Amino acid sequence: MEVQIQNLSRAFGTFRALDQVNLDIRQGESLSLIGPDGAGKTTLLRILCGLLRPDSGKCLIAGKDVLGDQRFLKSLIGYMPQRFSLYPDLTVSENLRFFADLFQVSASDRAARTKRLLAFSGLGPFLKRKAADLSGGMKQKLALSCTLIHTPAILFLDEPTTGVDPVSRREFWNILEDLHMQGVTLLVTTPYMDEAGRCDRVALLNRGRILATEAPGRFSGFFGGLLFELRCEALFRAVKALRSDEKFDSVQGFGDRIHVAGRGSETGLVSRIRSVLAREKIQVESLSRIPAGIEDVFVDLIRRQDS
Amino acid sequence: MSPPAGRLQGGYSVVVEDLSRSFGDFCAVDRISFQVKDGEIFGFLGANGAGKTTTIRMLCGLILPTSGRGLVEGLDIGKEAEEIRKIIGYMSQKFSLYEDLTVSENLEFFGGLYGLSHAQVTRKVKESATAADLEAFSGRRTREIPLGLKQRLALTCAVMHNPHVLFLDEPTAGVDPISRRDFWALIHELASGGTTVFVTTHYMDEAEYCNRLAVMHKGRIAASGSPKSLKNRYQKGSIEEMFIGLVGRERTADDD
Repeated sequence: MEVQIQNLSRAFGTFRALDQVNLDIRQGESLSLIGPDGAGKTTLLRILCGLLRPDSGKCLIAGKDVLGDQRFLKSLIGYMPQRFSLYPDLTVSENLRFFADLFQVSASDRAARTKRLLAFSGLGPFLKRKAADLSGGMKQKLALSCTLIHTPAILFLDEPTTGVDPVSRREFWNILEDLHMQGVTLLVTTPYMDEAGRCDRVALLNRGRILATEAPGRFSGFFGGLLFELRCEALFRAVKALRSDEKFDSVQGFGDRIHVAGRGSETGLVSRIRSVLAREKIQVESLSRIPAGIEDVFVDLIRRQDS
Repeated sequence: MSPPAGRLQGGYSVVVEDLSRSFGDFCAVDRISFQVKDGEIFGFLGANGAGKTTTIRMLCGLILPTSGRGLVEGLDIGKEAEEIRKIIGYMSQKFSLYEDLTVSENLEFFGGLYGLSHAQVTRKVKESATAADLEAFSGRRTREIPLGLKQRLALTCAVMHNPHVLFLDEPTAGVDPISRRDFWALIHELASGGTTVFVTTHYMDEAEYCNRLAVMHKGRIAASGSPKSLKNRYQKGSIEEMFIGLVGRERTADDD
């Protein structure tokens, strides 16, 4: 089912949550929506689900306006909001059964799907536990499982893996990939750039506007400048020292390494980085030019729009 | 910062020995032992439901252990919970801010809770690395401010009383990449000022920022060490691969 978003705007008071957004998602495509907190991601999903009215513009799903026939739309859409309502006084298995009933999942599908979802979530040993007594991450995994107990034509997921551990996150994405193979159209918001990279396309939203929509592999084309990866000791001290040098556009710690962006010649930038660190007596382990990843582009485009 | 009473010899801020906690017949934490050095950033990793939050809640004196022993700054978590709470800061998964209060009212409230005067609160906020943003949003209701700022506000509230040890339970969940980095710069600043930081996270790049890590699995400590030593020991290029190798493999084996 294709999704068309046309000139969509929505304000809350004086705050423009969405500002003339245009975006098409093809049938069977997976698209991740990334952007800083407050960029408008959740507002967009809520409008797509017909839960919130836009001020202007419109959204079409399978060619039909989302403000039209609600029953038709509900039969197509699966939506997982950031705060999913589980029944806290029902057990894990009762919650799963409840949502399977709600979505009229057939008995044969139900057994196979439940098995698969329990394998991903690791909730098997906790089937008899009340949802209220699960840990935060477990609750999130149960909510995901309840959303995926049926197979809608279109899935809207709002930060589905927040609070979910790395192993389950990977297994969850394997399930999404299977759904994608079956032709389900996916729109997912995520703060994880590695997840964004698993979709067919990534759209970057900032201050209610789409700054870029592109396949993950082509995202580096949006990067304005040269990017270097640096490994050194005293990471935070190095970041601070490099940030105080105006020659660099951005300096970001990435776990055990630093990404430094700047403009000009490669040799000029390399020697500048080395001299800043030498002044601070910080030993360089490695320094090399790398292609920009989604997260680098994210930082770069937002910095340029905000300045 | 005055030296705390009862600080342990040997420079350990947290010492845990054979600590366990059960809920009914479910053993959430199963005889774990570890130490956290003074002033280090200690990352506590694990799958959902591994027992991380239960451990933190015991160390903060919020729930009692079923057996075993834990010392925070030399104070016994079983007997001196009240003293512990005065010298620690705790930021829970769901920031315990008052959503219907403004930013400055929250700061005043938490300052008052720790016995700070209005002037002390003002000074404390001014000193904080996030002062400019807190100032800009001071009159806004907390429910209306961006998540990244809410998180920094929660941190400022949690360190209002200059705690010796700071417990952060998934402080960056759901926060965008830019805010996450800013937050870790704040954590690092606190640690360089001598605060011991005990933090849980599901972001494995953040685990790299820690001085030492412990990986919890099904109530036990499955591995611990510096990020570098763990990667070497398990011959993985990143903490994420190490984690998935350690926790994922065991889980698959259990399911069969």
